[in-house]
Amino acid sequence: MSDAASSKSSGAARTLDLRRRPRRFERIAEAAIVAVALLSIVSVALILVFVGKEALPVLYSSVVHEEVTPLAMILPREINGHAAYLWQPVSEIPKYNIVPLFLGSLKVTVVALLFAVPTSVAAAVYCAEYASSRMREFLKPAIELMAGVPSVVAGFFALVVLASWIQRAFGTEHRLNAMVAGLGLAFATCPVIFSVSEDALRAVPQSYRTAALALGSTPTQALLRVILPAALPGIGAGVMLGFGRAIGETLIVVLASGNAALVDLNLGHSTRTVTATIAQELGEVVVGSAHYHVLFALGALLFLVTFVVNVITERALHRSRQSLSGSK
Amino acid sequence: MTPQVRSTPELPLVVKMRTRGLSVFYGEKQAVHEVDLEVGVNQVLALIGPSGCGKSTFLRSLNRMNDTVDGVRVLGEVDLDGRPIYGPDVDPVVVRRHVGMVFQRSNPFPKSIFDNVAYGLRIAGMRDKAELALRVEKALRHAALWDEVKDRLFESGLGLSGGQQQRLCIARALAVEPEVLLMDEPASALDPIATARLEDLISELRAELTIVIVTHNMQQAARVSQRTAFFYMGKLVEVGETQRMFTRPKEQATEDYISGRFG
Ligand SMILES: Nc1ncnc2c1ncn2[C@@H]1O[C@H](COP(=O)(O)OP(=O)(O)OP(=O)(O)O)[C@@H](O)[C@H]1O
Ligand SMILES: [Mg+2]
Repeated sequence: MSDAASSKSSGAARTLDLRRRPRRFERIAEAAIVAVALLSIVSVALILVFVGKEALPVLYSSVVHEEVTPLAMILPREINGHAAYLWQPVSEIPKYNIVPLFLGSLKVTVVALLFAVPTSVAAAVYCAEYASSRMREFLKPAIELMAGVPSVVAGFFALVVLASWIQRAFGTEHRLNAMVAGLGLAFATCPVIFSVSEDALRAVPQSYRTAALALGSTPTQALLRVILPAALPGIGAGVMLGFGRAIGETLIVVLASGNAALVDLNLGHSTRTVTATIAQELGEVVVGSAHYHVLFALGALLFLVTFVVNVITERALHRSRQSLSGSK
Repeated sequence: MTPQVRSTPELPLVVKMRTRGLSVFYGEKQAVHEVDLEVGVNQVLALIGPSGCGKSTFLRSLNRMNDTVDGVRVLGEVDLDGRPIYGPDVDPVVVRRHVGMVFQRSNPFPKSIFDNVAYGLRIAGMRDKAELALRVEKALRHAALWDEVKDRLFESGLGLSGGQQQRLCIARALAVEPEVLLMDEPASALDPIATARLEDLISELRAELTIVIVTHNMQQAARVSQRTAFFYMGKLVEVGETQRMFTRPKEQATEDYISGRFG
């Protein structure tokens, strides 16, 4: 430092000092950022390790196998002459069939997405393409604020209000059912899909719009043939996030689904999801019991499902993004 | 510039487009002031003038692209083949199918080269695959791009070089066989070689359509156009045959601008 300063002040025979500067602060900041990033990665990894460690005994532990084998968790059992998939962990003969739970999760998630995807994407299109800037400035935060509604409130609303509406409209057999839970979930999913889709639509360069119009497109043609396709990878990412939110959401389905582990495709029947099961049973289970390990196995499987869906869509989105941008 | 004493009367124009008293406002601000201008059929008309003088605004009012900009008001008349394009029962979407446009920055869609060129045909309702393929090839040949892309028609248009992208945009505009093509500084983002190719292309295209081109490059205007219009502060100062405009401008402002004294 000091000789650099003196060489500057000496002025006369000035030589350029190109030596490396120490930059201590830079290095400390860099190290701190790396440490924080590592910490979060490590804690996620530790959670995974923990869940995995508690889930794996399902595969080998004799304690677990006294009550249930991995195969029995997915195959139906014979009861009074017909096959049944039963989740009855607390009973004389505990039954741990996970099929009804995953079917339940699938049912409510599909209902949620069937409702949330079209409405959220349509809202995003309106906001990004048609709304005046003032309207947009009001609408976007308003919808995004929905994401901040605590899920207990959304679940309560579904339980009290939505359930009655749906029963009146469709005459559903059970008051609390997959449809009520799915629509309650949509409440949590919509803002996510909306927000990401809207950003994706607004990120479409204005020049595409201008080019489409200059070629004689009607505004609708420009939207459907140029703008939406260009925004599709982003919208897909939004749907992905929404799927993760819906299948992982717990409280809304605990409150609104009726929690009966039935195996059927009737959306008007009560249903029970993986998450609701874990949430309601893990608190009362004996640590180390078969039931305990099966619940962890459920968690691990749920993680696996979302992970696989994520990877597959991410791949597809990546490929379409590349083909859009022309890089190979 | 060689002073020429020869005084040739200008050739009579066969008018393709004509503006009468054309004014364009952005909100309260007037960007184009009562312009009367004629565009001759199968000619290239160059619009020149310093930055901000309203060339692009004027150009966009020739195919009603100004309608898509917020807060724009257009007064006066614009005729295409003698028919007013701002008439009460005129559909701007249809006008744009007859008067195509190419922009300063090439803007291909994030679609394949083929789909880019076929876009205008498809939205106009053409379904027949064979016919589409034919028209796409024709447009790409027209735009002098066919040989470079014929083996990669189904790759993204965004994978092309800047000059190729600009020619792709021209092919895309030509595919719908417009009668007039508007070009707003089409070469400003291109290197000299790509620019030269583009200029050759413009000269060839003139045989089949009418072209209005905005350019900041005086040599380019001199090379490609038959007539030149000089705009200054939103007003049309002078218009005439390019050769005369560059050798014996009538207005002092034109001469100052062309000789590089301002702008
Ligand atoms: N969307 C707009 N809103 C408001 N004013 C605008 C808009 N577009 C252009 N203007 C104004 O209108 C005038 C003419 O602009 P225009 O773009 O037509 O000029 P130009 O001659 O094409 O300039 P350049 O050579 O820089 O492209 C300018 O003063 C500009 O600031
Ligand atoms: Mg301009």
